[in-house]
Amino acid sequence: MNKSIRIALASGLAAAAVVGCASMEPKPSDAETSAKALQVMKASFKEHGQAKLDRLNQDETQALCSQYAGKELPRSVAEKIEKSNLATIKYPADGKYVGDWKSGEKIAQLGQGGQYSDDPKKPSGANCYACHELSKAEISYGTIGPSLWHFGKLRGYTDEMRRYAWGKVWNSEAFNACTNMPRFGHNGILTEQQVRDVVALLMDPASPVNQ
Amino acid sequence: MRQRIRAAVAVAGFACAVPLALAQGSATEEIEKYRQALQDGNPADLWEMRGEGLWRTPAGPKKATLEQCDLGKGPGVVKGAYAELPRYFADAGRVMDLETRLVWCRVTLQGLSEADAKKNPYGSSNRKSDNEALVAYVTSQSRGIPMNVRLDNPQMKEAFALGEKIFYFRGGPHDFACATCHGEDGKRIRLQDLPNLTAKAGAQKGYSTWPAYRVSQGELRTFQWRLNDCFRQQRFPELEFASPASIALTTFLAYNANGAPFDAPAIKR
Ligand code: HEC
Ligand code: HEC
Repeated sequence: MNKSIRIALASGLAAAAVVGCASMEPKPSDAETSAKALQVMKASFKEHGQAKLDRLNQDETQALCSQYAGKELPRSVAEKIEKSNLATIKYPADGKYVGDWKSGEKIAQLGQGGQYSDDPKKPSGANCYACHELSKAEISYGTIGPSLWHFGKLRGYTDEMRRYAWGKVWNSEAFNACTNMPRFGHNGILTEQQVRDVVALLMDPASPVNQ
Repeated sequence: MRQRIRAAVAVAGFACAVPLALAQGSATEEIEKYRQALQDGNPADLWEMRGEGLWRTPAGPKKATLEQCDLGKGPGVVKGAYAELPRYFADAGRVMDLETRLVWCRVTLQGLSEADAKKNPYGSSNRKSDNEALVAYVTSQSRGIPMNVRLDNPQMKEAFALGEKIFYFRGGPHDFACATCHGEDGKRIRLQDLPNLTAKAGAQKGYSTWPAYRVSQGELRTFQWRLNDCFRQQRFPELEFASPASIALTTFLAYNANGAPFDAPAIKR
């Protein structure tokens, strides 16, 4: 393990030295720089608990969103990302989108899950409040995402909206390519039942979100 | 004067922390510790003093001090050195940030093994870290000096380009990149303000105020610690201390902070 890191490091340095000497060479292309960055990262991390090195292997969505980060995302690429992510959404077989908002609220509050410092035996949360305002009772909320207060009340308690809320929580990339919102169902952060409970938080008329 | 600047920084930090206390009862205790720390001045002083002692005291198999360590401005020049790091070091044949260069000097001057010099980079109350103390001392000698990192050779240009790629690299179960949390102005997670590290003002503030004494941890934390802990929140594996990715990312962020008067060791919640 340590040895392989050292070897990778050494080859990284060798590559760096080559680039260094070749100061008359043309600038490396964007794709070459990306490939080199990945190689450097693979030599610079070690697995820790549940966070293994395979987390550095990007899927197509992650790779495309990294490639276009800070630039304008071409419409054709956005459509491709949304289409492929839409196809992954698993809607509930029994058509039951709405679970228990009380459990959903707990999931929306809980930040644990996925970090190497977290106990993988404990259930993961979604920490929706890290990025969204959801209810007026919780004033400790972040602003990376829009306010979701009155989400169901404003959008209507329709089957169509329940289905949209489910899909958005399952795979956010299906509706807005390169969003900053995680793909909770698709990436296995939440279970199907947890998604159902979070959808209840958004869509149950009795939920604090809709008061 | 120096004292007054510090007090101002600390008070600004305190003002930000107040709403936290309202929202999270457990934070009240932290605020109390903060108040205490303000009364006593910045405890980072203790790390600076210990670091200066380590710098000047013979140690390691070679029983040598670090006083001849070349931080880029010539052997023994500490004043202003941090404001120009990372930089390319011809003797090592690569770009190094301060923490990597300290490892280098402890190996070459004091005769430590690389593994020993890299041991315990982030300390705890019962296991003091020499790295944290040395970083506190060296950085304190750049206080007030504008950041001036130069991309004047191919190696630095490459480190910057790689650091930029790493900053925007999305991965892991949450699809996070540094840019997810630090790519826009005026955002926050829960109540913690997130500096926009892609804009000049945010990059300058975010970089020039590290290392910092963290009241909540009772420790002085270095810039590599900051990167390490953000990668943890990003759900990535563990960033290795003094690794090439760490150096590249630091080069990207330090260069973006150019022009800002360096203002650390600071004190943070
Ligand atoms: C790391 C940040 C982050 C987290 C955590 C997060 N979101 Fe989001 N969310 C966003 C962002 C950014 C947007 C806006 C862009 C978009 O639509 O994708 C968004 C959009 C949404 C929307 C669409 C709003 C609309 O107008 O249609 C819904 C619904 C939503 N989030 C629900 C949730 C729920 C429920 C959770 C927790 C299970 C959650 N989000 C967690 C960042 C986040
Ligand atoms: C999931 C969210 C998240 C991600 C991803 C993230 N950070 Fe952070 N970062 C934070 C938070 C929250 C803080 C503030 C911490 C505090 O106040 O204790 C912070 C603080 C910082 C600071 C210090 C700012 C200051 O003014 O003190 C720097 C620098 C920084 N992050 C860099 C990075 C880099 C580089 C990456 C990518 C490797 C990254 N962050 C990824 C959430 C994140």
